[in-house]
Amino acid sequence: MEELNSLFYGFSVVLTPYNIVLMFVGVFLGIIVGVLPGLGGANGVAILLPLTFAMPPTSAIVMLSCIYWGALFGGAITSILFNIPGEPWSVATTFDGYPMAQNGHAAEALTTSFTSSFFGALCAVIMITFLAPLVARFALKFGPPEFFSVYFLTFCSFIGMGKEKPFKILVSMMLGFGLAAVGMDMVTGTLRLNFGFSELLRGFSFLIAVIGLFGIGEILLCMEEGLEFSGRSARLNLTVVWDTWRRMIRFWGTAIRSMVIGCWLGVTPGGATPASFMAYGVAKRMSKDGADFGTGKLEGVLAPEVANNSAGTSALLPMLALGIPGSPTAAVLLGGLLVWGLQPGPLLFVEKPEFVWGLIASMYLGNIATLILCLTCVPVFAAILRVPFSIIAPVIIVVCAIGAYTVNNAVYDIWYMLMFGVFGYVFKKLDYPLAPLVLALVLGDAAESAFRQSMLLAQGDLRIFFSNWLVGSITGLALFALFWPIVARGLVALRASRVGATAA
Amino acid sequence: MAEDPNRSSTSGPSTRAIEIFIALFTFALGAIMVFDSRRLGAGWAFDGPQPGYFPFYIGLIICFASLANLATAIVERHQRLVVFVEWARLRQVMKMLVPAALFVGAIPLIGIYVATTVYLAGFMIWVGRYAWYKGIVVGLGTSVFFFLMFEVWFKVPLPKGAYHFLRYLGY
Amino acid sequence: MHIHRILSVTAMLFVAALVGAPTAAAWEPTRPVEFVVPAGSGGGADQMARLIQGIVAKHNLMKQPFVVVNKSGGAGAEGFLDVKGSKADSHKIIITLSNLFTTPLATGVPFNWKDLTPVAMLALDQFVLWVHADTPYKSAKDYLDAVKKAGPNKFKMAGTGSKQEDQILTVGIEKATGTKFIYVPFKGGGDVATQLVGKHVDSTVNNPIEAVAQWRAGQLRPLCVFDDSRMPYKGKVTETMSWHDIPTCKEAGVPADYLMLRGIFMPAGVPKEAVDFYVGLFRKVRETSEWKEFMERGAFNQSFMTGPAYAKWVQGAEDLHRNLMKEAGFLAKP
Repeated sequence: MEELNSLFYGFSVVLTPYNIVLMFVGVFLGIIVGVLPGLGGANGVAILLPLTFAMPPTSAIVMLSCIYWGALFGGAITSILFNIPGEPWSVATTFDGYPMAQNGHAAEALTTSFTSSFFGALCAVIMITFLAPLVARFALKFGPPEFFSVYFLTFCSFIGMGKEKPFKILVSMMLGFGLAAVGMDMVTGTLRLNFGFSELLRGFSFLIAVIGLFGIGEILLCMEEGLEFSGRSARLNLTVVWDTWRRMIRFWGTAIRSMVIGCWLGVTPGGATPASFMAYGVAKRMSKDGADFGTGKLEGVLAPEVANNSAGTSALLPMLALGIPGSPTAAVLLGGLLVWGLQPGPLLFVEKPEFVWGLIASMYLGNIATLILCLTCVPVFAAILRVPFSIIAPVIIVVCAIGAYTVNNAVYDIWYMLMFGVFGYVFKKLDYPLAPLVLALVLGDAAESAFRQSMLLAQGDLRIFFSNWLVGSITGLALFALFWPIVARGLVALRASRVGATAA
Repeated sequence: MAEDPNRSSTSGPSTRAIEIFIALFTFALGAIMVFDSRRLGAGWAFDGPQPGYFPFYIGLIICFASLANLATAIVERHQRLVVFVEWARLRQVMKMLVPAALFVGAIPLIGIYVATTVYLAGFMIWVGRYAWYKGIVVGLGTSVFFFLMFEVWFKVPLPKGAYHFLRYLGY
Repeated sequence: MHIHRILSVTAMLFVAALVGAPTAAAWEPTRPVEFVVPAGSGGGADQMARLIQGIVAKHNLMKQPFVVVNKSGGAGAEGFLDVKGSKADSHKIIITLSNLFTTPLATGVPFNWKDLTPVAMLALDQFVLWVHADTPYKSAKDYLDAVKKAGPNKFKMAGTGSKQEDQILTVGIEKATGTKFIYVPFKGGGDVATQLVGKHVDSTVNNPIEAVAQWRAGQLRPLCVFDDSRMPYKGKVTETMSWHDIPTCKEAGVPADYLMLRGIFMPAGVPKEAVDFYVGLFRKVRETSEWKEFMERGAFNQSFMTGPAYAKWVQGAEDLHRNLMKEAGFLAKP
């Protein structure tokens, strides 16, 4: 119970009035940062980092980690209300969150998302408190082949989910991979598919594509339907919170599965984005309402939100224990630690216990503070939908434009965003699914790098993906997920014929 | 859609035409990828795939799948009668898209803040049919809010344009 | 040739100074200064830029704030092209790493340091050869002998990026010792160090600051530093060793040395007063205790240069990179 003592010591360090004020300020700023697409967690923390140099390190990290919470929670708000993911890991939340809002259940969707976020983050913090050294050692086992097998598993658990025509799914997914390949090839340092245009050097940012395809595309669709967002009649009182909680309890199995996926991917560090996609895919396959996912199912909001927050939180663990950031935001926080004279790494827990346990304690408190702040604001957020369309639509376009610009500080990206918007509109009308495109775009680059690094390590020998129990079992799981639909159909057919045989 | 999709009195581009167009478009994208990947080397070297290996096959798959989509679109003749979007509704969409494009086009010239003010006010007044003063108040208010948030509080520089009107404010 | 270019740079500065003369005296920024980082957030250059931003804000060294902007696309080409395109903008500076040379040479992106105005060299970053602490190699010679004995393409060297400093250095070692590594590129220095700790690769050439935490935790072992002389920092980093105790690679029989520039540039055509202002600013930054502490923690080589001396150094470094990359076959095909 040494950890518990340390934890209470941490609470005693953190619980000063000054720190508590900072905590709420941090959460508030974080929500703003999370809501504005493009200005995501990493940027937000980077921007606000210099402000904290004048503070004592513990207070500074309390504020920064609260900004991080705010951003993790806040990313879901625009996903649900306007189909615009403020962060890459909120994309999977749009799949059911936005339909829920359209059906008039915006408040329920928001409550689900915040509560799930809280649950996911809390579990991850508990894991950090008690299992940190163990988990950190596990993270070290991940080399390029393991990373590739994780990405492969993400694809396999997500693939074959649509009702759309197979060739349209294929085109959409391959376009995603193609867009991901534009720019610099990390492994050889050559420029690909940029045809001499310096505007294409940085490739296509995932966020810009998503803001365009989902956000702008949706606004164009709304415009066609007549000047409004549906779902304006959302209920706006706090009893919604209570009712939603009662409905959520039924999905505890999904929540736990998603939490495990999230913690695992956060630690490795596979990241929150694949975690949210994988959790959504798994929930859809395991749920009895799986076929109705995408039409506004509470479970479809819960799964990705639990996963992305547990991943986002556990991503802080490798940073503290190993000095490797599990996410871009963690990378910026890492820079902050260095400036305060703290050296993240295996010795941080020994040398600066007041800092580490202060941070862990602030994770508990920050998480609670964020939940309270977010839930009380649910009616306010939901009320945004009541603003007349001809005011809110151009404001959204402006916000998206700012978001697209801030990703790379490039005006060209705003044009790309608009272009993606038109494609989002046309593709949606022609039943080309957008989710595979987005998934391929976000993971394509990383998956290709990991694959080619593995090939370099193994000198072109594909057996590396089965070279030890860890990578072998993940790859095996992925292949199982890939072929499961076929196997399942085969089993059903077999059983039917056997039943037929006994009957005869 | 509320209307019977097979009714021919509503006019607009047919879904079939758009399907064919998009299939050709994705085919072209795939072809470009194949072409550029060949230049980079699309083979499998002794130590794994070359830079063009994945883009080459991705491009090939896009081409193949686009042809399949094209064939489907051509075979499904009844889609010719289905209207992709009625002209009247397309005009609505354009009401959104054209001002947005003008807004983006104006950013490099007059900067994002001035463009935002004009865009919001203009959209509210001409498309939303609000009174002109309401449009101006909302437009100005929003861009002042963004200005404070990005330039003053968060210190994120947004594009201010070639004709830098805010230079005199010290930003 | 050499001197000619420097002369033309100074001449250009002189003309610019004349044009900007009326407002001269002491130039000061009148709006926030954009601090471009041609690399992603969290990396070495980014850390340094954000540290400077923090120091400037904390000690009130400048009336206007720095705003750090990451433009990492195309191995930094995006950031360099942006600064190249903002001619005469005195409110923009860029921090460079070796990609100032390697990116244009390896990719053929139309850009050269002569498109910028050199301001100051802040420091030079060292490179150290690291292996896992569980391995039996006690010196660079032990290790390289083992590599040689195993034959080509058996030992794995991890590094940051492709055709950049880490790989150039790896090729340098190979040339000097007749060995052949499998070079595996990763996204950032932190990843590289972790891969070594996880024993997925055999060695790295991390910068000191990227691997110091793992060294102190007894997971990694430094074999030698790629410099002419040992690092000057004698404070104990681990229980038994200081940075100064790491031998140079020359001592260990590997005649390879390489230092990475951490310097500041501005767009072309800026007035001399503006350059002077930033030079003065960085002098003040260097005096702060935070900066000194950072330098020591990362075991930086604290060379500071400005003006023609700096320009000359950069020219020399460019020639060096061109030669190294030509030998390694990394130059872009025309």
